[in-house]
Amino acid sequence: MSDTAHGVGGLTFDAKKRSVPTELNVFLALILIVVIFEILGWWMVDNSFLFNTSDRIDTLFNIQRIKIMILQFSIIGIIAIGVTQVIIMGGIDLSSGSVLGAVAMVTMSFAQASEVNGNPNPRALFLEQGWVDLPVLVPIMVGLSAGALAGFINGFLIAVTRIPPFIATLGMLLSARGVALWWSNGNPLSFPTESYKIIGAGMMPVYIFLFIAVLFGLIMKYTVYGKHTYAIGSNEQSARMSGIKVERHKILVYTIAGILAGLAAIVLSSKQETAQTGMGVMYELDAIAMAVIGGVSLSGGRGSVLGATIGMLILGVILSGFIFLRLDAYYQEIVKGAIIVGAVVLDQWRQQRAMAR
Amino acid sequence: MNDTQETILKVEGLTKHYGGVHALQDASCEIRRGEHVAIMGDNGAGKSTFVRQITGVEQRTAGKVVFDGREVSFPGPLAAREAGIETVFQNLALADDLDVPSNLFLGREKVLFNLGPFSILDRRGMRKATEEGLMRTGVKIPNLNNSIRNMSGGQRQCVAIARTATFPSKLTIMDEPTAALGVQETAQVEEIIRTLKESGESLILVSHNMRQVFDLVDRIIVFRRGRIVANLNKEDTDGQDVVAYITGAKTGAEYAGAA
Repeated sequence: MSDTAHGVGGLTFDAKKRSVPTELNVFLALILIVVIFEILGWWMVDNSFLFNTSDRIDTLFNIQRIKIMILQFSIIGIIAIGVTQVIIMGGIDLSSGSVLGAVAMVTMSFAQASEVNGNPNPRALFLEQGWVDLPVLVPIMVGLSAGALAGFINGFLIAVTRIPPFIATLGMLLSARGVALWWSNGNPLSFPTESYKIIGAGMMPVYIFLFIAVLFGLIMKYTVYGKHTYAIGSNEQSARMSGIKVERHKILVYTIAGILAGLAAIVLSSKQETAQTGMGVMYELDAIAMAVIGGVSLSGGRGSVLGATIGMLILGVILSGFIFLRLDAYYQEIVKGAIIVGAVVLDQWRQQRAMAR
Repeated sequence: MNDTQETILKVEGLTKHYGGVHALQDASCEIRRGEHVAIMGDNGAGKSTFVRQITGVEQRTAGKVVFDGREVSFPGPLAAREAGIETVFQNLALADDLDVPSNLFLGREKVLFNLGPFSILDRRGMRKATEEGLMRTGVKIPNLNNSIRNMSGGQRQCVAIARTATFPSKLTIMDEPTAALGVQETAQVEEIIRTLKESGESLILVSHNMRQVFDLVDRIIVFRRGRIVANLNKEDTDGQDVVAYITGAKTGAEYAGAA
């Protein structure tokens, strides 16, 4: 390879020494984990983890398991796409799980059917007002707007009052959970309209997640928005000196994270056909875990949506792997914690190695 | 003399106090279009303070700054840049995790389709312009796609300077651009400064390096204890003379009684 293809000024450049993209490393880790479960599967429960062993179904892979694996995390994955952008910008969002809970309550209250099996809907919050059987667009718009509002408040607090993102979103974590409880006095809201149920039915959550992941994967790579997000996370002072409107951009990124939490709320409440005040508890930590496992650096500036997506798959594989091996749920939490810490240690180590080279 | 045609920057009675400290006292000077001027002086003489007042990083206590025929008072460095003053600060203002083209175009990206914040980047165009810009300034970078975190101090400095050199500006200010560089890297930076001269851009160079100053600039302004003590044409002076002004052995006739 001629060096002019990559550099200028006639300096030699050793293409072989080019650093391996983080995403590739994370993907290899995913494959390694799958292989480990495959081996453990044959050893512990005498069954294949990934491949189909039933004679009744004619497929190579155990499609059912793979489907469940992806499905159970695709909704948190939608949140993780937003959280990934926030972390790349050098921030953190602890509020996404609570925002999901609050938005699910608010959205469901506008998505309820008037009648259940011929009787008036006992769970309808706005039955007296007549706000039932609304077109599906109404709850969707309400949900996305509510998410955007929560994200905007986060971003506004962080950009204008300059309090640390950790504190601002911690406040939102508590307040949004309060909103979820206050909205219906703690009562669950159920029985949505048929059209609302479609949003989260079947594999829809996975398709919505894939759409969002591809959309923001492209945006982060090919637009000014993405470039500025990386620049702020890399060196906020430099970004400001270079003329990037840092405050405005922060508000925008947190608002988008809020909108994605709102979207996740819509999908989840539709899938479960109900909204409860405890929805989404600890989701923010799973979302952060996905990003970190996927190579998104907590110090900002590095990582990608693709990496976070692979991180989501790793978390999904590990959890369904534990169920497959019939291990207690307690182990899951312990291992999950260890993996998150391990991923951050790995990131630190990668940074130091990059410096040394 | 027509001020707007000949003078790019005119400073009158520029003063900056930090509390009781008079860091800059009644500094007045003029810089002509296309002229390269060095600012010299000991540490604490007020050189960087002077630069910070002009570029809007700090707000002056008193005085008048006329840039390009207009009296200005920049609220921040960005406003100064928009008006046509490019500055290479000592801390470089680079984003370590981005590659060279991204850093060169940081904050003023080339765009294919304008969609507000979601405008599509013209990656190929920026890369091409970067190659041309670096080629023109003689900067050597082995791989443009590498993040600049992995580059040497000299290469980073060159990227920061190439950034100001790639975009046409009316006045470039460099605050000790070669202070931390090796011999070869210093030569490279000096080469970039020469290309600025050829393209007729004005320059203020803050430097301690006597050889460099005599190689590159037309005029030398000497600061001592917050005051301008000499304003010398390169032809009328030499190194020893300048040192005498810096240390206080001599004071320019027109500034007598100042310090």
